[in-house]
Amino acid sequence: MTGTDVLVEVRDLKVHFPIKRGVLFDRTIGHVKAVDGVDLRIPRGQTYGLVGESGCGKSTLGRALLQLTPPTTGEVNFDGVELTTLPAGKLRAMRRRMQMIFQDPMSSLDPRQNVESILTEGLHTHGIGGNRDERRKIIAETLDKVGLPRWALSRYPHEFSGGQRQRIGIARALVLGPELIVADEPVSALDVSIQAQVINLLDELQDSLGLTYLVIAHDLAVVRHISDIVGVMYLGGLVEEAPSDRLYTEPLHPYTRALMSAVPVPDPDVEDRRERILLAGDLPSPANPPSGCRFHTRCPWAQPTRCADERPVLREVGESRVACHFAEQIASGELRPHQVQVQIVRPEGEGEEPDVVSAPSEPGSFV
Amino acid sequence: MTIISGKKREKIDRLAELAAREEERGVSLWQDAFRRLRRNPAAIVGAVILTIFVLVAVVGPFFVPYGPTDTMGIREGVVRVGQGLIPGHSAEHWLGYDHQGRDVFSRMVVGARQTLLVGVVSTLIGLSIGALIGGLAGAAAGLGGRWGRWVDATLMRFIDMLLAMPSLLLAVSIAALLGPSLTTVMIAVGMVSVPVFARLLRGSMIVQSHSDYVLAATSLGVRKSKIALTHVLPNSLAPVIVQATLTLATAIIEAAALSYLGLGNPDSAVPEWGVMLADAQPWLGIRPALAIYPAVAIIITALGFTLLGEAMREALDPKLRK
Repeated sequence: MTGTDVLVEVRDLKVHFPIKRGVLFDRTIGHVKAVDGVDLRIPRGQTYGLVGESGCGKSTLGRALLQLTPPTTGEVNFDGVELTTLPAGKLRAMRRRMQMIFQDPMSSLDPRQNVESILTEGLHTHGIGGNRDERRKIIAETLDKVGLPRWALSRYPHEFSGGQRQRIGIARALVLGPELIVADEPVSALDVSIQAQVINLLDELQDSLGLTYLVIAHDLAVVRHISDIVGVMYLGGLVEEAPSDRLYTEPLHPYTRALMSAVPVPDPDVEDRRERILLAGDLPSPANPPSGCRFHTRCPWAQPTRCADERPVLREVGESRVACHFAEQIASGELRPHQVQVQIVRPEGEGEEPDVVSAPSEPGSFV
Repeated sequence: MTIISGKKREKIDRLAELAAREEERGVSLWQDAFRRLRRNPAAIVGAVILTIFVLVAVVGPFFVPYGPTDTMGIREGVVRVGQGLIPGHSAEHWLGYDHQGRDVFSRMVVGARQTLLVGVVSTLIGLSIGALIGGLAGAAAGLGGRWGRWVDATLMRFIDMLLAMPSLLLAVSIAALLGPSLTTVMIAVGMVSVPVFARLLRGSMIVQSHSDYVLAATSLGVRKSKIALTHVLPNSLAPVIVQATLTLATAIIEAAALSYLGLGNPDSAVPEWGVMLADAQPWLGIRPALAIYPAVAIIITALGFTLLGEAMREALDPKLRK
């Protein structure tokens, strides 16, 4: 990715939420490591897709990038400006250039504001459009862009359908003329037919306005369709990052392989015969992540000692970047998958003894 | 004027609703809530009771047949308490005389004004102080970060102190401190409802400040103080308004209780339902109606406020919207 114009660069970003206990005085007894050391770059005008299962920290990463959740450590560089150390006033001014689209369009719109008020709020805040007429013009243009009728202006969010509400959310983000849009699960709350419309709308807007997207989703098909680069997150860290098509055809990290093998193939013969990797156990607690490679407790290719001792860093393998010690050996078939014993990882002093807990009886099965 | 049957009215309502949808303007949440309120029979009963009550309280005193303090019964020798003679209702005196020979009907009507005054003023006192403290604490806790949590904790410990005392005991202590008077009753009853309003608004604001639209406003770059005032506060008001209506009912009952305990207006010449109830106590054996009239009036008024309050709670609850 060298040589391309990078809009956003995230370096070693960490977001740790304290776990507090105590009757009279709060005591911090640990941290939930929602995001634990992420590096990524988003080239200008491209779409970066972020996938991972629930609770892996992808939404927190998106919010930390926009400084909506203050990062614990790390750097976020937006077009040459370091956001984490920016004073509050300057950060507010910068917000014009980076906007967010939310998962649930209903809860992200103030139910007591009509559409006009929703769209004017940002313009007022940044002093865009000197007078009323000019602001109206900007708003009308924005409505056209997202395909909402003019009469929508005086209506309230509860009077719209889900897809239209999401268009309002997109219009709110667009009206400021941003360069970066972080879309947190932009379509997962919508009907499938509406999903396609909204995704195509996002696509068109990118083409016409040259927007840069960070799309967070758990729907692999959506991410593949919309993204240029895809990053896979597991337990607060990036495990693999590759150009979209490459990631889907040639996943390198064992976790990515497992994810991809969960995508059904629209051909019954292939679907019946293809290899499927079922991961054993649950996502370990981000308050007490496994040592070494975060994935080694569930990895069918995990090798003794190194995987548990040394946390792999993202390194370039071909066009991809992958955080696995044995990516090449797995790809060449030198290493074979093996059975996985379920390990139950809990925060210290929580729950019963691991051997008392009933775990899935069939840990790793390979069809 | 033609009489429209219930069914026909429903049809017209539905047509009106359809027409409203075609209108240019959208329907705000408040308008929507008001529409649903109008269709709720409980709300209508409550509203009718309250309209009558407010009308009587406001204009009634100008039309009463006798002065509320005129002891005409004693003067005319009709009321002889010593002999246990307190005449009941008659053509001249609709609700009869009280033990001092005063016209009970006139006293009830004039008493309505006092009761309304006490209810409204004490609720306003409770609402304004409670909403101020609760609003500050809620905004500080929801949006203010570490420093805000300190402000919130300090304010809330003060509220907890008020809340820890039984409400009537608190009211009695305040009334005892300030000396019995009408103002004292209002302040005492108002102070009792302060912690309720404060807790309610604070809780509501904290919930709202964690919502996505607040995050959206933050990402637009709106200042936190503006977010608190334009987004969080308006969306947190619904339960407070409902509570205010319900508090009007309890305020009237509490004011009556304080008057009954002798902590109300010492000038018993000014009639008030609670005082009338207290005054009737020695004569329960002779004429229990003297206690029943103010008691029933208090109950019906409180019921009116409660019905309307509960109906408003339903109308304002976004979960119940179609």
